[in-house]
Amino acid sequence: MARVVVDVMLKPEILDPQGQAVQRALPRLGFPGIADVRQGKRFELELEGPVDEAALARIREAAETFLANTVIEDFTVRVEEQ
Amino acid sequence: MSVRIGVVTFPGSLDDRDAQRAVRLAGAEPVALWHRDQDLHQVDAVVLPGGFSYGDYLRCGAISRFSPVMETIIAQAKVGLPVLGICNGFQILCESHLLPGALTRNDNLHFVCRDQKLRIENTTSAWTNAYVPNAEIVVPLKNGEGGFVADERTLDELEAEGRVVARYLDVNPNGSYRDIAGISNAAGNVVGLMPHPEHAIEPLTGPSTEGLGFFASILKQLVSA
Amino acid sequence: MTLDTVKHATSTPDAEQPWAALGLKADEYARIREILGRRPTGAELAMYSVMWSEHCSYKSSKVHLKQFGEKAPANDAMLVGIGENAGVVDVGQGYAVTFKIESHNHPSYVEPYQGAATGIGGIVRDILAMGARPVAVMDPLRFGAPDHPDTRRVLPGIVAGIGGYGNCLGLPNIGGEVVFDACYQGNPLVNALCVGVMRHEDIHLAQASGPGNKVILYGARTGGDGIGGASILASETFDGSKPTKRPAVQVGDPFQEKLLIECTLELFREQLVSGIQDFGAAGLSCATSELASGGSGGMRVELDNVPLRDNTLSPEEILMSESQERMCAIVEPGKVDRFLEICEKWDVIATVIGEVTDGDRLEIFWHGEQIVDVLPRTVAHDGPVLNRPFARPSWQDALQADVPTAERLKRPAGGDELRAAVLALVGSPNQADKSWITSQYDRYVLGNTVLSTPEDSGMIRIDEDSNLGVAIATDGNGRYAKLDPYTGAQLALAEAYRNVAATGAKPLAVSDCLNFGSPEDPDVMWQFVEATRGLADACQILGTPVTGGNVSLYNQTGTVAIHPTPVVAVLGVIDDVNRRTPIGFAEEGQLVYLLGDTADEFGGSAWTQVAHDHLGGLPPRLDLERERLLAEVLIAGSRDGMVDAAHDLSDGGLIQALAESCLRGGKGARLVVPDGIDPFVLLFSESAGRAVVSVPRSEELRFTEMCGVRGLPATRIGVVDGDAIDLQGEFTLPLAELRAAHTGVIEALLA
Repeated sequence: MARVVVDVMLKPEILDPQGQAVQRALPRLGFPGIADVRQGKRFELELEGPVDEAALARIREAAETFLANTVIEDFTVRVEEQ
Repeated sequence: MSVRIGVVTFPGSLDDRDAQRAVRLAGAEPVALWHRDQDLHQVDAVVLPGGFSYGDYLRCGAISRFSPVMETIIAQAKVGLPVLGICNGFQILCESHLLPGALTRNDNLHFVCRDQKLRIENTTSAWTNAYVPNAEIVVPLKNGEGGFVADERTLDELEAEGRVVARYLDVNPNGSYRDIAGISNAAGNVVGLMPHPEHAIEPLTGPSTEGLGFFASILKQLVSA
Repeated sequence: MTLDTVKHATSTPDAEQPWAALGLKADEYARIREILGRRPTGAELAMYSVMWSEHCSYKSSKVHLKQFGEKAPANDAMLVGIGENAGVVDVGQGYAVTFKIESHNHPSYVEPYQGAATGIGGIVRDILAMGARPVAVMDPLRFGAPDHPDTRRVLPGIVAGIGGYGNCLGLPNIGGEVVFDACYQGNPLVNALCVGVMRHEDIHLAQASGPGNKVILYGARTGGDGIGGASILASETFDGSKPTKRPAVQVGDPFQEKLLIECTLELFREQLVSGIQDFGAAGLSCATSELASGGSGGMRVELDNVPLRDNTLSPEEILMSESQERMCAIVEPGKVDRFLEICEKWDVIATVIGEVTDGDRLEIFWHGEQIVDVLPRTVAHDGPVLNRPFARPSWQDALQADVPTAERLKRPAGGDELRAAVLALVGSPNQADKSWITSQYDRYVLGNTVLSTPEDSGMIRIDEDSNLGVAIATDGNGRYAKLDPYTGAQLALAEAYRNVAATGAKPLAVSDCLNFGSPEDPDVMWQFVEATRGLADACQILGTPVTGGNVSLYNQTGTVAIHPTPVVAVLGVIDDVNRRTPIGFAEEGQLVYLLGDTADEFGGSAWTQVAHDHLGGLPPRLDLERERLLAEVLIAGSRDGMVDAAHDLSDGGLIQALAESCLRGGKGARLVVPDGIDPFVLLFSESAGRAVVSVPRSEELRFTEMCGVRGLPATRIGVVDGDAIDLQGEFTLPLAELRAAHTGVIEALLA
C-alpha cells in the first residue's frame, strides 16, 4: 500500500518561534550542540486508487492551494512505500 | 432604507454576535449569513468576524476560505463590495488572496488578550473614513496567530500606497512586521484588522468606544454613495 | 475469544474475573453478584467498577455531603438542586442561571495541557446539558512551590490548556485564582467553573422517560480515550496492527465542542430534546445508567451503532471510553428526523443507539448478543456507601498552639521595615500580579463581560435591555483549612460571599469543589468531615444553599496530603450592571474607609508565609452575622452610589487590598493609622469581615450614617490622593515602585 507524504515547512525567511522555542529547550534537557530547529507539518495521504503521475499531480495541486499557504510555506511531495 | 451589513458565521466563529451588536449600535441592520449559503441576501457590506473557524485546523482561515459564502464574497469584493475581516476574518481574507501577506503564530508563542493602542493611518478606506487621520485609539486585541508577515516588496508597496490601515503603538503584541495591525486592498473596500473594534463599543464592556468608528465609517460610506 | 454475554456469564459462574485489577474490593464484587443473581459479564463488571469508583460514586463522601441537602436554607431562588448535572438558580425576569465548579486534578499533573483543557470541556458540557448557553468560565488553580522545576513544567501547560480550550469555545474567562504552595507539588489543583444562562422554561434534566423514545449519541466519534482498566477485559493479545492498548490521556477538541454547543442550543430551541446527559467520566456506561435511573422505564442500547474512531475497540472499551465532546439525548420518535437534520447542519455526527423501554432494565447488545442486563439504579446510585473512620490528627493541637505572636515571629519594627515588608508581600508569587496568566484568556468574547479579574467578582450582563447581571467569585484557602478545617471552609464561603457583595451583587447560591488527600487516612477524613460540616453550617446561616459541586480525593503523594482545600464559588445577582462597583481607586479626593474590625490575627496569613514560611495558630475568627451585615452595606452602598470603589480584605490583609486598589485605579492614597492600633497589625492582619471602600465626599455623611445605624464599624483611614501609598509617620511607597515589585513576578519565575 503506497501512501503519499506532503511535508510543509515555513519558508526559510519566515520567523519560526515554535522551532526557536524547541531549539532553546533542547540543551536544557541535555541535548546540546543543536544549532537550529525548524518545525513543520507532515500530511500522510492514503489514496483510494493507484499512486500514478496523475494522482501525484492532483496532490501537488492540493498542496499548492490548500495544504500549504505558499505565501509563507514551501512543500515537498513524495511517495512512501509501506 | 436602512443599510444592511452581513456578518458571516462559519463553524467556530465566535465574535459574530458581537459584530452584529456593533453594526446595530452604529445604526445599520445586521444580517446573519451562513457559511454554506452562497446568497448574500442583498447586503451592502460584509463582516468576517473573529473566532476559531474550523478550530484553526490546518491553518487559521484555510478551510473557511473555501466555503460557498466565500465564493460569492470573493467575487463581489473584487468589484467593490466592502468587506471587513476582523482577526480570524483577516486571516480568511489573506488565505483568499483578497489581501496580501499572511498571519502567523505570535512570536512570543502565547495567546494574548490586551487593550491595544492603535494608530489609524488610512482614513480613506470604506471602514475607516470616520476617523481623524492618525487617530490613536484603544481596542481589545486577542489572538494567538496575529503576526502579520509579507515579503519586503509587498510591505514597501503597502506603505507607499498608504494601505497600512492601522499600526500597533507602544507594544507590538505579536511580532507583526512593521507593527502592522491592519491593511486594505488597493481599492480600499477590503480591510483586514487583527484587533477587535466590535469589543470597544460600550464603556461598560470595553476599554473605550473607539471601535465604533469602523462601523460608523461603512455607514457613512454607504449612505453617501 | 468468546464474547462475554449474559448467557455465557450465567452458564460459567465460576469464571475468573479481574475485579481487583479494575479497582473493586472483594465485598463489592460479591455485592454485584448478589444484585445480579449471577456473575457479571465483562461489560457489566467494567460498568460497575468505574461507576462504583470513588470518582463516580462519591462513596467516601456521600454520607457527609448529605448535609448540604439536610441543612439547606429555605431559598425560593433554587430551581434545581443537588443531583442533576448542575444547580439552577432563579435570578429574576424569567432568567435561570446554572453554574458548577469541578476538578480535573490528576489528569492535569499527567498531561497539563490536555488535562486542563478537558477539565474545561467537561464542566461546559455539564452546563449545556442543563439547557443553558454557557456564558463564562473561571479557573481556580493551585501549584507547587513557585521556584520548583516541576511547577515550570506544569503551570504553562495548564494555563495554555485552559486558554486554548476556553478561548476556542468563545467563553470569556472572568476570574479564578492562582495559588502556590509546596503541598501541591505532586498534586496541582485545576478546578474549573462554568456558568450558563437560560429562560426558566428551557431547563432540561437528565432523565430518560417515555417508552419508545430514542436514545441518540451525538458529537465526536468514540475512541480509546481514558479506557483505563477496561482494556484488561478485552483479553486479545497486544499486536502491532492495532493502536496501542495503553489507557490514553483524553484529548480535547474545542472546535467539536463549539459545534456541539451551537447544535444543542438549536435542538433546545426547537424543543426536540426530552432528556439529556453529557458524557463525562465512565462515558457511555455512566450516561446510559444515569439517564435510565433518572427517568422511568428502562433502556436498550445497540453498541454496534456507536460511531467509532478506532474499529478495534472491544464492546467493554466502547462502554468505558471517555472520548470527549459527546452528548446523549432522549428524543421522541416523531422528532428524530429534525434532530438529525440540525446535527447535519452543524456537521455533528448523530446516531440513534437505542431506545427507552417499558421495563426497568438497562440492556446493552453487541453483534446481536446481550452483554449487559442490569437495573440502572444499582449502577448509578446504589453504589457502596462508606463510613470511613476519621479522627482529629495527633498533630492538630500542636499546630494550633503555634500561634504567630510577636514573640514567636519577629515583626517589622518602624517605617523602613514596614515598607520593606510591604514590598516583599506584594512581590511574592501568591500576592503578585497574575496578568502573565490571565492575559492568555479571552475576557471579551460574547461582549457581556462587565467585570473580570482582578476585580472582586466576574460579572456578566445577561440582559442587554434591562441590564440584569450575575456575579461569581471563587475562593479557597488551604492554609486556613489546615489549621482548622471547619472554620477554614467557612472562611472560603465568607470570602466568596464578600467578594460578590463588594461588586454590588446579592449572593444567592453556592457550588463547591472539595480537594482533599486520601480518604483512607483518618486524619484527612477528619479534615473532610469538618470542612463539609463547616460549609453546610455556614451556608445555612448565610442563606446560600449548595446547588452542586465536586469532590476530589486522593490528592497526595505518598503519605503527604495536600492542605485540605475546599474551594467555594458563590453566585450573586445584580439588578443593573451599570451600578457595579470596581476595586480601583480612581478619583482623587475620595475618602478611604475601612469597614469591620481589625484584630491581631495572623494564623495562616500571607505575611507569615512570606516572611517566615510559618503555618500555625488558628485562622481568623469568623462572625457570619458580621459578614452578612458587611455584604448588605456594600450592596446598598453600590446600588445607591455611596461608594465608587470597594475591595474585600483577604490574604495579605489591608495593605494588599490597598495596593491592588491603588494600582488598579492609578491613584495613590494618603493614610493615617487610627488610634489604638498597631501599624503592622493594621496593614497585615487577616481579620475577616472587612472591606475597604472609596467614598465620594458628597456621600460621606450618608454612608457613615448608614454604617452607624446598621452597627457596622467604619473607620476613615485616609484619602485617595497623589501617586504613592503614604502611611503617615511610617513610609511612602510610590506607585511606580509598588508596581515594579508587584508585576513581572510570575513571568520571571517561568523564564
